[in-house]
Amino acid sequence: MKLKDTFLTPLLKGNPITVLVLGVCSALAVTVTLKGAIVMALSVTVVTGLGNFVLSLLRKGIPNRVRIIVQLVVVAMLVILVDQILKSIEATFPIDKQLSVYIGLIITNCIVMGRIEAFALGNKPFPSLVDGLANGLGYGLILVVVAFFRELFGSGTLFGLQVMPAGYITNNLVILPPFALILIGCIIWAHRAFDKELQEK
Amino acid sequence: MEYISLFVKSIFVDNMIFAYFLGMCSYLAVSKNVKTANGLGLAVIFVLFCTLPLNYLLDKFLLQPGALAWLSPKLAELDLSFLSFILFIAVIAAFTQLVEMVVERFLPSLYSSLGIYLPLIAVNCAILGGSLFMQQKDFVNVGESAVYALGSGIGWYLAIVFLAAIREKMAYSNVPRPLKGIGISFITVGLMGLAFMIFMGITL
Repeated sequence: MKLKDTFLTPLLKGNPITVLVLGVCSALAVTVTLKGAIVMALSVTVVTGLGNFVLSLLRKGIPNRVRIIVQLVVVAMLVILVDQILKSIEATFPIDKQLSVYIGLIITNCIVMGRIEAFALGNKPFPSLVDGLANGLGYGLILVVVAFFRELFGSGTLFGLQVMPAGYITNNLVILPPFALILIGCIIWAHRAFDKELQEK
Repeated sequence: MEYISLFVKSIFVDNMIFAYFLGMCSYLAVSKNVKTANGLGLAVIFVLFCTLPLNYLLDKFLLQPGALAWLSPKLAELDLSFLSFILFIAVIAAFTQLVEMVVERFLPSLYSSLGIYLPLIAVNCAILGGSLFMQQKDFVNVGESAVYALGSGIGWYLAIVFLAAIREKMAYSNVPRPLKGIGISFITVGLMGLAFMIFMGITL
């Protein structure tokens, strides 16, 4: 596969959330605000990219039986790095406590493990890096779209700044967790209505 | 009494799926029929119930700030909490591997029916999520963490069996083509989540 395809496929046609249905857990929980979504998207992109790269370098040396544990250790290390970096800039850039749990959960995020299993173990390091970054970005794309709607209608703000006119009554349903699921369901609906190849029989 | 209220709360109010969306990937992938959903659900309850108290002990006696004071007073200022991700996941992965080997050796019939789902549990977010939430909840003893683990596991089990039952029936209904399969499942889970919100007002 060409490098360009490797990069573009995960953004739309093979989007990790709407097509492969990987890594949905965190996608739903962190999308109440745009800021949380962007922090999460960047963290996942870094971890998938670097995780793919490192495991692709190691791919010939890992015995098949213990590969899951090796993958978990590498990914956990990367996540600890991301978590520590976020903690160190907490003074200037505060994030809420709930988000930090989901940062830890990147370890078991299916996108990370899924791309390592499906791509990095069979490809050279550089394409693996590109594949990991692209999947992180594809994931981030959906996160940002969902968070945009939820923050706009749920709190009337974007990035914490008031956008809706002063008399706007916030829609509390949008803030509730189940609404994120319904919203992603609708995104999948729209996506598949455009791209008929993806429809299930 | 506290145990009962914690138990009910972790099943219904803090439901792993509907309140925190944990373990969503396998939840959506394995809920096509009730039988496999049942198997995976039971395995999740078991692994959660065994690993969470273990992780609680690790957290209490090794990781928390000042947790090492029981070893020697000199270590009282040490804070190892940055290691918690890697230790928790190591416990979970090792435990799943162990369970897999034991089940394979002694219960071959159960192994063949659960087979592929057992190793998958190591990367189920509900298990690691349980441990990470436990860290924030400040339980006072192992008993509480075990009750919390059992409750969250049962909550997850109920959720996956419910969804599988609905999806089995949904095979016969007339869903718009682009929404078929995963799209309608998302919306169904959303509606089930709304239904579960009636438990939110309950204070026990």
